[in-house]
This record gives sequence, structure tokens and C-alpha cells, in this order.
Amino acid sequence: MSAQTLFVARGVAWRQLHNTLTNPAIFIPSLAFPLLNFAAFAGGLSRVRQVPGFSFAGNYTAFQFVFILLQSAAFTGVFSGFGVARDFETGFTRRLLLAAPNRSGIVLGYALASAARWLLTASIVTGVAFAVGMTVGGSGVDLFGLYALALILNFAGTLWATGVAMRIRSQQAGPVMQMPVFLALFFAPVYVPLDLLQGWIHAVARVNPVTPVLEAARGLVSGEPTHTLVAFAVGAGLVAAFALWALGGLRRAEAAG
Amino acid sequence: MSRAFALQVGYLARRSAIRTVRQPAAVVFPLLFPVLLLAVNSGGLRAETRLPGFPTSSFLAFALAVPFIQGGLFATGNAGIDLAKDIQTGFLNRLALTPMHGIALLAGELGGVMALALVQAVFYLCIGLVFGVHLHSGIAGGFVVIALATVIALGFAAFGAFAALRTGSTEAVNGLFPVFFVFLFISSMNIPRNLMDTTWFRWFATINPVSYLIEGVRSLIITGWDPEALALAFGVGLAIVAAGFALAAASLSERLART
Repeated sequence: MSAQTLFVARGVAWRQLHNTLTNPAIFIPSLAFPLLNFAAFAGGLSRVRQVPGFSFAGNYTAFQFVFILLQSAAFTGVFSGFGVARDFETGFTRRLLLAAPNRSGIVLGYALASAARWLLTASIVTGVAFAVGMTVGGSGVDLFGLYALALILNFAGTLWATGVAMRIRSQQAGPVMQMPVFLALFFAPVYVPLDLLQGWIHAVARVNPVTPVLEAARGLVSGEPTHTLVAFAVGAGLVAAFALWALGGLRRAEAAG
Repeated sequence: MSRAFALQVGYLARRSAIRTVRQPAAVVFPLLFPVLLLAVNSGGLRAETRLPGFPTSSFLAFALAVPFIQGGLFATGNAGIDLAKDIQTGFLNRLALTPMHGIALLAGELGGVMALALVQAVFYLCIGLVFGVHLHSGIAGGFVVIALATVIALGFAAFGAFAALRTGSTEAVNGLFPVFFVFLFISSMNIPRNLMDTTWFRWFATINPVSYLIEGVRSLIITGWDPEALALAFGVGLAIVAAGFALAAASLSERLART
């Protein structure tokens, strides 16, 4: 990675973070969304833990915390994509494309800003989870693995949304960014372990790439790691594929002028 | 109601309905998103029916009430955004120059949203029936479900109109949308209140009017005719309509200051 790429990435990341943190209308929805889901799922559905056959070492708050953490990671990426689309609408990105000595740094900058933004969200969500009684069976290394998995998902979400934003170059691309991420997340075992899903949702969850990531992350929080390497491999694959997608989008945006 | 008043409402309602139809995103998204969420939740939470005391063996039937409320929430956004656009483009100011009655304006502006709410309710009901939900209240219950859904949508739409009239900004109305979603999430949408283990959540769900709207629709689907649930649902729904219209009408008189 060249010094020029890093120079551009740093500039774009700083601007995105500054915009996010100084504008509550941008930051608050990406924080409120996971907290709201956490309240609804962990608070409202805690009785689901008593369904016969529910196998998870921790409490239901921990079970749902993992999903919410991954969801917040992926959706922070999507929300960052909204910012990219907004920059196209205002004409900022066109000026950026002209000025940047290395344009790949633009994509990297958006991804770094999204990661920093998610780390802030994750720390608040984690604080809330501990405050409402989450039990953690995993060691420090396990928890590091959990946050690393979520960070990988954040990169994947950001690169996906950035690729869409750079192709459509309008905020009307919002549903195109959100809907596939929403479906991928919710077609995983969100409320109960995979074994308790029945019918079509079980078949879909089994082939959903988010499922091994979610199961591994739950294993890490409960101190019973499972499929961890598979999850990291899937995450790395998603990041690689969406990096190509985002860079392809950048080329389209360059060609569009 | 005078003929002139009815004509005023009719013209604006027609305009509102045509405008709604001309925005595919405003029609398709409110139809499909709740059904998508219903599919996801009814698949993912099916195991919940194995809890002792769960009122039905079909989670789809249990969850079918939720899209009707979500449809109402979308009505909030649609009504508010349409009205806010009229304020931003100056259409409302031009109307203020005419002898149009303020309440006729409000009722007419909500025409398109109400037409969409009716279509939504029929659509959700058909989806449920196609996928095997049996209405315990029979065909008549189906009509009551649609009527209740329309009342709910009217109430939420009136609040959307209130927000638009107060702020005059589409962005502000868009920002209000997630706030209404809080009411949906902290309710009995996914589990009966008597099966909620977490005390604070059960308490919030109990004081949340949306729980009673959901339980009213749900009672017609999984229980049959439950006068208490229906009285509560229609009572809460009509109270929301009255409060929403009162607030919107008060804001309208400020917005339409005729000198």
C-alpha cells in the first residue's frame, strides 16, 4: 500500500468521522437501531431461552448481544454507504476524485471511518449489555476474537454499501444497500440456535454465510468456541469479494466522470 | 357535512391518492417490508410456540397482526412526508388563499394514505390466508381486521401530518419514523405479555398503546371474538385518531394563518 493511498485514506476517514460525530442526525440512528433491537430481543424474548432444546452456555442477553454486535457492525457499514451516496449527490466525491493522487485510498478512507464509527457504537452497546446483566464465559482472547469477527463484518458491510453507492451515486440507493444486509442477517439463527430452526428458514440459514460467523461469535462469548476458523475464513472471503465490488464501483464512478 | 366541504375533501383526496400511486417506492416498500419481516420472524421464532402457555401452535398466525401495525407506521411517514412537501413547495400557502376549510384539507391530504392503508390491510390478510392462517373469527372477523387496521393507519397518519405541520420539513418527519418504531419494538409484537420474563420490558409493553392495537388484531386471528381485546384496540385506535387530528388541526391553524 503506497504512502499516497494512506494519505488519501486518512483525509477521507477524518472527514467522514468528523461529519458523523458532529451531526447527531447521522450518528444517532446507527446507535439507536442496535440498542432498540437489543431491548426488543434480549428484553422481550428472554423466555425463548426456556424452549426445549435451546443449547447455549450463557444467558439470553449474551446470546442476543452477539447478534446485535454483528448487526451494528454490518449496519454501520451500510450507514456509511449512505454518506458515500450523499457525497456523490453534493458533488463532493467528484471533486475528491479530481484531487486524490490515489483513488483507492478513497474507498479505504470510507472503510476506516466506518470502523472507527462502529467501535464507538460497539463500546456503547457492550456497556449497555453488561449493565443489563450479560454473562460472559469467554476469555479475553475469545472476546478479542469476537470483536475481530464483528470488525471484519463491518468492513464487509462498508465495502458492499460503498460499491452500491459508487454505482448508483444517489441516496435513493439506500434500500439496495440495506435490504440484502438485512436479509443476510435475519436469515441467520437470530432468535434461537440453528438446530431449533425448522422448515425453509433452517435450509436458508444453513447456507447463509452469516450463520457460521454468528455461531462462532456466540461460541466465543460463551467460552465454547466453535467453527471459529471457518467464521474467520468466511469473513475474509466476504471482505475480499466486497473489496473487489467497491473498487469496481470506484472505476464505474471514475468512468462516469 | 356540506356539499362544498365534501367536494373539497374529495378533490384533495383524489390528488393525494394519485400522488401516492405515482410513487412506486411509497407503495411497494410498505407492502413488502412488513411481509418480509413477518416471514423472517415467523420462521425464526417458530420454536417459541413450544413454550408452555403460548396461545397458538402457529407463529405465523400469532405474528400476522404485526404487519397491520407496521403498515400504520408507514402511513405516518407517507402522510407526513407528503404534507411536508406541500409545505416546502408552497402548495399549502396557495391553498390558504382559497376558502378551503382547514379540516377538509387535513382529511383530503390523508386520502392517499388511507387508500394505501386499505390496500395494505387486504394484502396482509391475503398473505396470511394463502400461507395457511385460519381466522378464528371467520369472514366477518376479516372485515373487522381491515376496519381496525384502517383506524390504526388513520391515527398514525394524523400524527405524521401533525409532525409535518409543526416542522414543515420532510427531513424532520423522516427522523420521527424511528421514534414510532420504538413503540412497535417495545410491545407484545413477538411474545404475549404474560410470557415476558423481563419485568421492565413487560411493564413498558403494558403501558404501550401499540400492544393493545396488536392484541386486538391478533385476537380476531387466533382467539375469535374477544370483546375486551377489541374494545381496547378500537378504543386506543380511536383515541390516537382523535389526539392526532386535534394536534394536527391546532398546528394547521397556525400554519394556515389567514390574515
